[in-house]
Amino acid sequence: MDIRKVKKLIELLEESGIAEIEITEGDDSVRISRYPTSGYAAAPQPVAVQSPAIAASVDTPAAQAAAPVAAPVAAPESGTPRGHAITAPMVGTMYTSPSPTADVFVNVGDSVAVGDIVCIIEAMKMMNQIEADVAGTVLAIEAQNGDPVEFGQTLIVVG
Amino acid sequence: MLDKVLIANRGEIALRIQRACRELGIKTVAVHSTADATQKHVLLADETVCIGPPQSKDSYLNMPAIISAAEVTDAVAIHPGYGFLSENADFAERCESSGFVFIGPTPDLIRMMGDKVSAIQAMKKAGVPCVPGSDGLLPDEPDECLRIARSIGYPIIIKASGGGGGRGMRVVHTEASLLNSIQTTKAEAGAAFGNDEVYMEKFLEKPRHIEFQVLADNFGNAVHLFERDCSMQRRHQKVIEEAPAPGITHEQRMSMGERCAEACRTLGYRNAGTFEFLYENGEFYFIEMNTRLQVEHPVTEMITGIDIVKEQICVANNDKLSFTQDEIKLRGHAFECRINAEDPKTFMPCPGTVDTWHPPGGPGVRVDSHLYNGYGVPPYYDSMIGKLISFGEDRDTAIARMNSALHELFIDGIKTNTLLHKEIFQHAAFKAGGTDIHYLERRLGLS
Repeated sequence: MDIRKVKKLIELLEESGIAEIEITEGDDSVRISRYPTSGYAAAPQPVAVQSPAIAASVDTPAAQAAAPVAAPVAAPESGTPRGHAITAPMVGTMYTSPSPTADVFVNVGDSVAVGDIVCIIEAMKMMNQIEADVAGTVLAIEAQNGDPVEFGQTLIVVG
Repeated sequence: MLDKVLIANRGEIALRIQRACRELGIKTVAVHSTADATQKHVLLADETVCIGPPQSKDSYLNMPAIISAAEVTDAVAIHPGYGFLSENADFAERCESSGFVFIGPTPDLIRMMGDKVSAIQAMKKAGVPCVPGSDGLLPDEPDECLRIARSIGYPIIIKASGGGGGRGMRVVHTEASLLNSIQTTKAEAGAAFGNDEVYMEKFLEKPRHIEFQVLADNFGNAVHLFERDCSMQRRHQKVIEEAPAPGITHEQRMSMGERCAEACRTLGYRNAGTFEFLYENGEFYFIEMNTRLQVEHPVTEMITGIDIVKEQICVANNDKLSFTQDEIKLRGHAFECRINAEDPKTFMPCPGTVDTWHPPGGPGVRVDSHLYNGYGVPPYYDSMIGKLISFGEDRDTAIARMNSALHELFIDGIKTNTLLHKEIFQHAAFKAGGTDIHYLERRLGLS
């Protein structure tokens, strides 16, 4: 089961009214639930479906009392820190260092100034340097080295 | 078969392409702008990639973004749909040089047909009848232009060579206004297409728009799938299409269709295409060729039983055409109504949330639409939200089924042109068949 897929599912859950998602892919399956005790809301409505095979149910507005996302089956962190998101301005492959043998551009906890290079996105065989557009401290690195990224995807959070 | 296809388009045609891929067991990659993340085909795709902000130039027209998306998803082929980059030879070239199969003709063929003057010259060489015209670009000498216009005979129409699809045109009725009209059209063309070259044709007063669908594989085999009548237009935009064209005899159909198929063989054409003609007084006059899938392809699918999008994919997969011309049979009659999110009287686009989408059904009714309850129609793109298609064993039955389908169709939350379609289907002239391309605008009092 792809970590990036699981992370995306967690984001989907957080942003929507979905209470619970279960995905089965071959022999792997993961269930991500908003509440510690699973329960299905009444009258499920048609929801955003992402394949391969998903069963999801929707919260009724009354039950959407803010409860933290329950510990997912396999995910590195349980939430994105608040801060300014540096997002991908293009589609491509994200690299955290200038070359495979070099050190990473930034680590969590580093200070960055406006214009500092924080990562590279490779698109169509060209390396594009991504610069910080705010100054601050790196709170999180949301994409992993070698991940494909899409337009608007959060790469680095600065606070 | 191709493993994975990236759909470089949006809306109903993206869903159409996805359906063909699904039937062939092909995985789909849906690229979309930030405004289109909730589109039906995006939600159903195997993989999705957001390629840019809402504006088309930064997303659906953004070649690097689309090719990059194909790279990161390991797509094998790219289907460009219609509009956007589907007739952009540079895009086709970049797809191929990046190692992807472009589902369509070769970049050279796209380029040839994209230049309207070279397209006409190629057609003349291939024996396809064309509108009497300047036989090439207009020269800079005013006297020569006057002479050309006189030899064609007024009224004439000035057309931009880099235009097409109804854009960059001006009709001239008298010699007095010719030279000014040429200058104005050139200026407009330069601004709109980056190319101010123009040519001249005889302006036909009451022509019908009749087009022939062709399909060719990569091995020199080419067939035609008969014709469509797309005369019901407003501001050069098709509103209703039908197949076959009323009043065209079997002999005319097979003769002109075969000339188109033969032109394909001569030109080495590949994949799907459409030869557009103006038809007046029993004569066909070629105006342009579209080197892509067309919006109105469903009416041809209904009367032939051939899935044109699947055939496109198979051709791109280097399959030979699985049928000969003799095996293609015309059966029945079909109509298509383009349903637009617009005010039925003012034609102003009307984006918004579709609270209720209730499509019709029953025998001979087909709905090609990406709508669902709660879907938000974005304001950034063209207003077509679906196509309603009817089929019957004859034209009257197809009309009756379309009336029935329009009666059942219910869309709430946005305004649509459903009422306009209902009215047109009551017009006596429409029911008789054979109305020309100016009919609708005259009827609506727009000209």
